[in-house]
Amino acid sequence: MDFELPEELQLLQETVRKFVDQELIPVEMECRDGVKLKPEYRERFEAKTREMGLWMLDVPEEFGGAGLSLLGQVIVWAEVARSVALPSRGHSIFGPEVRPVLYAMNEEQKERYLYPLLREEKRACFAQTEPDAGSDPGSMRTRAVRDGDEYVINGVKRFISDADEADFAQVMVATDLSKGSHGGISCILVDMDNPGVKITAKYKTMMGYEPCEIVFDDCRVPAANMIGAEGEGFKLGQKWLGIGRLKHGGRAIGVARRAIEMGARYAKQRVTFGKPLAERQAIQFKLADSYTELHAATLMVYHAAWKYDQGEDMRNEGYMVKVFADEMSFRVVDRVLQIHGGVGLTTDLPIEYWFRDQRSRLITEGASEVMRMVIARHVLRQFD
Amino acid sequence: MDIVVCGKIIPASTVTIEIDPATKRMIRKGVAHELDPAAASAVEEGLRLMEKVGGTLTLVTMGFNEITIGIRTALAMGATSAVHIFDDALAGSDTLATAKALAAAIGKRPFDLIICGTESSDSYSGIVPGQVARLLGVPPVTFATEMAVEGNTLTVKRQSESGYDVVEADLPALVTVTSGINEPRYPQLKGIMAAKRKEILQYSAADLGLAAGDVGEAGAREKVLEVGRPPRRDVGEVVEDDGEGGKRIADFLAEAKVI
Repeated sequence: MDFELPEELQLLQETVRKFVDQELIPVEMECRDGVKLKPEYRERFEAKTREMGLWMLDVPEEFGGAGLSLLGQVIVWAEVARSVALPSRGHSIFGPEVRPVLYAMNEEQKERYLYPLLREEKRACFAQTEPDAGSDPGSMRTRAVRDGDEYVINGVKRFISDADEADFAQVMVATDLSKGSHGGISCILVDMDNPGVKITAKYKTMMGYEPCEIVFDDCRVPAANMIGAEGEGFKLGQKWLGIGRLKHGGRAIGVARRAIEMGARYAKQRVTFGKPLAERQAIQFKLADSYTELHAATLMVYHAAWKYDQGEDMRNEGYMVKVFADEMSFRVVDRVLQIHGGVGLTTDLPIEYWFRDQRSRLITEGASEVMRMVIARHVLRQFD
Repeated sequence: MDIVVCGKIIPASTVTIEIDPATKRMIRKGVAHELDPAAASAVEEGLRLMEKVGGTLTLVTMGFNEITIGIRTALAMGATSAVHIFDDALAGSDTLATAKALAAAIGKRPFDLIICGTESSDSYSGIVPGQVARLLGVPPVTFATEMAVEGNTLTVKRQSESGYDVVEADLPALVTVTSGINEPRYPQLKGIMAAKRKEILQYSAADLGLAAGDVGEAGAREKVLEVGRPPRRDVGEVVEDDGEGGKRIADFLAEAKVI
């Protein structure tokens, strides 16, 4: 058993850490306009990431990407999350993001959607959540009914990130309500300029993002836009969601690490009643607990990613990572905010941003309760 | 052209350096290491030259096992191979013993140019490059802020106290480059993945024909007598701005002949 990262991943980690320390952290409080990266900074950062070959990290080499292992990606996500320079969600600086569902496309679909996406000519969004079907895709009510060579889609999708900037959507639809998530859900590509598609609302969130509501009203889509066979959508979508949970984990350990760095430094500098905060047990315990929990989360995230790279099923590890790492990073940020006192509340430091953003992660892409529910199901199944 | 970069792998910038009170040496074992920024500048300069004229670039370095990551960084940046001098008998070597080991390793293969940083960023002696040049019998050209190779001639713009000198030397030669000479590249992902397949040749003291008495603690002619913290600086003069603050600072700077 070897707990050391492979040498090349240690080197990748060191390289990205240096990039974050030298290029991102010095400008992190000025390079975003709200949650969006200012164009001049995007250009500057992307020139570097392209040069470093950190481009399309998760895209397989056969499609011109870096084909980086999931463990490698987790390491990059964690390092990048040490800075608030980049948007915490959506369009980062490593090229177009391609959800794995798109590799299941046939060649004709790839020509129309995948390749333009990889060439950055088109942008995509992923539409699954509905007003009454968040973590429970089986309750999905957006229906697609076959009509000759077309599907007719009717329904509402809510909290869809980047829908307002997307050229097409990968929409999860119910093709057989009686089957639910066991073969009743399909994935279909819908052009956003389809007359049957309307963005009807944008929700202002505490993280600054404005996810959209999309209404499909007799939206007619060629049957050739279905990815895979009818009923395969849930299976195809799950793969992405599994990786997404590890993305949460990677981000969580990066945020916690930087927060601890900041907390420890500040505790040594700040003197109250004649002593640095670092000499107070109340502060020491906060740092000790944070450091311990970060260590545990890091091992969990690495292990789940490693398991995925071995071709093994890591769904359970993924659920545990999401609930543990996200909650851990929120706790750590909360403690570090407390250590900083009033200064921590200002928008001059990244802490309040993390506080809002990491808190949101206990809800988005699978609420903590849902993660616990599926973990419990797994535990109970094991012990009859 | 066969280029050798002679550089050091040092405790990472995130490590708080500690001194062993018994040996008065920096504690290097068990701490994270990285390619010295001074060495990274030397590698970068060598790579630019190699990309222009072709050839090879070999990093030659000495240290414990912990330094492998720094060697791989140089390989990931684009160095073609590396030589790692690694032997417990070398621990505690002074600058001359270090130079002997480096020169012996470099001398095992033909070379055209040796590039070093002006001094390492951990111990800052700045002596080793000159000693290596002497031991190999090549001219040392130091403090380069720009360098170029044309045919068999190395031309260097050399920083001096009053400005700069332009110096020429025939190859083979040794040049030390200042940290401002370039901005070292980040290793590319492809380079990182390729680095593990590149050769790292390991030499022991015996491989280099060095007797135990010549190197390490036993062979050291320098001895560190004492290590201490720098004295605390006084607060200096505090200027309260009563409307005349700017003038008083300007006067102070004029008096110090800064302006």
